[in-house]
Amino acid sequence: MALIDLANPTRFLNFANRALPWLGGLTVLVFAFAINQAMVAPDDYQQGATVKIMFLHVPGAWLGMVGWGLMTVAALGTLVWRHPLADVTAKAVAPIGAAFTLLCLITGSLWGRPMWGTYWVWDARLTSVLVLLLLYLGVIALWRTVEDPSRAARAAAILTLVGAIDLPIIKFSVDWWNTLHQPASVFRFGGPTIHPAILIPLSLMALAFTLLFVTLALAAMRNEILRRRVRTLRLMQASATS
Amino acid sequence: MNALAAILIRDMRIAVRVGGGALIGVLFFLVVVTLVPFALGPDLSLLKRIGPAILWLAALLASLLALDRLFAADHEDGSLDLILTGRTPLELVVAAKGLAHWLTTGLPLIIAAPLIGLLLNLDAPAEAALVLTFLVGTPALTFIGLIGAALAVTLRRGGLLLAVLVLPLTVPVLIFGVAAANAAVLGPAPFGTPFTILGALTLASLVVGPFAAAAALRQEME
Repeated sequence: MALIDLANPTRFLNFANRALPWLGGLTVLVFAFAINQAMVAPDDYQQGATVKIMFLHVPGAWLGMVGWGLMTVAALGTLVWRHPLADVTAKAVAPIGAAFTLLCLITGSLWGRPMWGTYWVWDARLTSVLVLLLLYLGVIALWRTVEDPSRAARAAAILTLVGAIDLPIIKFSVDWWNTLHQPASVFRFGGPTIHPAILIPLSLMALAFTLLFVTLALAAMRNEILRRRVRTLRLMQASATS
Repeated sequence: MNALAAILIRDMRIAVRVGGGALIGVLFFLVVVTLVPFALGPDLSLLKRIGPAILWLAALLASLLALDRLFAADHEDGSLDLILTGRTPLELVVAAKGLAHWLTTGLPLIIAAPLIGLLLNLDAPAEAALVLTFLVGTPALTFIGLIGAALAVTLRRGGLLLAVLVLPLTVPVLIFGVAAANAAVLGPAPFGTPFTILGALTLASLVVGPFAAAAALRQEME
């Protein structure tokens, strides 16, 4: 089956139904292994056990940004090709991305309390991630305000494209403004600066969370397609009885 | 060019006549600034320190206030359909409407700002810096707001949604506007750096705003 075949919603539903149990099982397995590795990972010589918050914090941040990136690609699909599956992707990913962004903010502030002495500072990185969360909530509000799904999709797509300006600001905020949040230590020129004893469990946790993200997104997309079919059937029924 | 001038003059006329929102914005600005000393207490040295921030925040809210009717009124009386089917590019029409909105709500704010600044104990250099940052920064608020106004054009609770959608996007303008105004008064950072970034933000919004708003209007009105 070619990838292009998945553009058909019915084929996509078949694929999702077949793939979801496997993806779910794989997610559980990788999580079990990754959590085990994270537990046996050594404590930091300065931060002690609190460094383990990173195993939740960093994947949350990555996936919060990946979510908006996916929505941006889907927004192009909505506006350029008018593809219904792109609408479904954008709508399904928004709450999941918002949840991961919230996870990043909550774990970050719990980590900040022992390390920086405060739950929150108005640092550039923290502020731009908070703006990302507000943008997510704005898009979700827009989805919930417009009744017709395809019109809601196009409105949300335009807002998504404008909001994508925030992504490079988040990524480079630690380089442009020298503040409390540490600069990038994994994806940087010259390779990661984290010791393998921490980097390997971190990568495993990131993989596990990515699998969770994909599973949740696929399930949400399936539900959204079914919800739209129910809506269409109801509309047909209503027009038939009147 | 004639069509754009006609739209500009028409929008400005509507704004200053009965039912228009031109001077309500300034009134709102004054009321918000008046409320602040009631909340904080009339400590003049504190007000002097946070005065530019309060004025910027009030200006941001005031310029949002009139935005939700910008396209919605045209949508209701049908003139938006005429504009969409007309020969003038929609992007330019949107930009002309944005300019009219800025001339009727942004410019009065800038004229009123020095007077209202006196209430917050601002001295002459602070007032001058504030007016300069307003002059450069408030067009960005209007042109970013255009996007939200276009997205919310057909919605019933558009005004509330507009604020939720637009305010996160105005964060950079607020940061650099207040930073420039404060730098001129408090130092030690130079005034020029945040001020030029503020100018860059305005120039970028002059391009992005009309195109995104026009795209949103085309999608909404299909």
